Amino acid sequence: MKANYRARPDVLALLKEARNSGATPAGNQALEQLVANADIAASQALPLCQDCGYVTVFAEVGQDVAFDGSFETAVQVGVGQGYELGYLRTSVIQDALTERVRPEVERPANIYTTLVPGDTIKLTVMPKGGGSDNASRMAMLRPTAGVDEIVRFIVEAVAASGAAACPPLFVGVGIGGSFDSVGLLAKKALLRDFREPAQAPAAFEVEVRLLSEINKLGIGPAGLGGAVTALGVAVATDRTHIACLPVAVNISCNQLRSASGTL
Amino acid sequence: MKIITSPLDKRTIESLKAGDMVALSGIVYTARDQAHKRLVGLINEGRPLPVALEGQTIYYTGPAPARPGAVVGSIGPTTSARMDPYTPVLLDYGVKAMIGKGARSPGVIDSIKQAGAVYLVATGGAAAYLAQFVVSAHVAAFADLGPEAIFALELAGLPLVVAIDSQGRSALWPDAS
Repeated sequence: MKANYRARPDVLALLKEARNSGATPAGNQALEQLVANADIAASQALPLCQDCGYVTVFAEVGQDVAFDGSFETAVQVGVGQGYELGYLRTSVIQDALTERVRPEVERPANIYTTLVPGDTIKLTVMPKGGGSDNASRMAMLRPTAGVDEIVRFIVEAVAASGAAACPPLFVGVGIGGSFDSVGLLAKKALLRDFREPAQAPAAFEVEVRLLSEINKLGIGPAGLGGAVTALGVAVATDRTHIACLPVAVNISCNQLRSASGTL
Repeated sequence: MKIITSPLDKRTIESLKAGDMVALSGIVYTARDQAHKRLVGLINEGRPLPVALEGQTIYYTGPAPARPGAVVGSIGPTTSARMDPYTPVLLDYGVKAMIGKGARSPGVIDSIKQAGAVYLVATGGAAAYLAQFVVSAHVAAFADLGPEAIFALELAGLPLVVAIDSQGRSALWPDAS
């Protein structure tokens, strides 16, 4: 519920900074509305966006924790209750092929669990809107492809989404791993504080270049033109197979939401 | 900021130019993907619609649930392009304005010109802010669709930008530049 009501400090700070920095008058009006939106959502306990998202839960479970009952069920029920009690819109349907209509709240979350040393459980909840997930892409590039090709692929994905992903955007990039893991790498990159640059120099260089090229596109806030198309790019890298260069871009709207708690 | 009222009359629509910032009052009807599919299905079968949409404004949105005593939950635009396959049929039927976010297909822009209609955009992601401008809301049709039902909304000065005007001019990237 907190993730849906309270703007992340980095997101709000970057939205405020972006005002009057090169968007069109209509685009600047959109930025002002987004800053006001965070205040209203927090003070009235309203979701930041009517699309309260599809929830990803990153669970770091201490290996000394003993469970009484099903951890998976507890998390699913907890997420479902948060949506019901918090007046949040459920947007998850039972089956993508056959049940397109009825929202289903029994298994609303994607849960990724990792075992870590210790006796605590850290849960990070990330509700993400459909419009910006739709704009996300992945590719298995040739292993000899260079940074130029990686950058081109990502900038093209952003350009193709136009205003549909709700710019100004936050862009999570995964480079490496395998077909299945690179998407998760890109999604996890969105958890980083976007005021902090990547630690690795090579990833940092790609971030700077991507942010500059994306902002040269001129999409602007709400697609109304100008310089403010993305507020941040986070690149995460991983090992990979000698034959592979997996690249994924997970685009987030201006309402990048997440919250963590430890039990 | 220009103040306009829905349903929009011909003169008002013709006076709106791409890039104008407007405040919209009056009645609009919400419809998203599934409602569009049903409405166009009914039109294609020659059957009556559950809501008279001639001359009306459609808002692409599915609100969050209202808290007790509140008019509506957070409510902002969804991606308009997903409605593109259905929009020409609705414009032929008599819809005169749409509210959403993002670009439209060349075919939809042509239909907007032919119908003398207008496409407006709201700021995606500002749904708690935009909810303040909704003064009443009730389900008008397709209640079984939950948040995707057709709601009749009464607005008081909803801030919008004219994205595609009745001449087919666009204020949206990449058409604008």
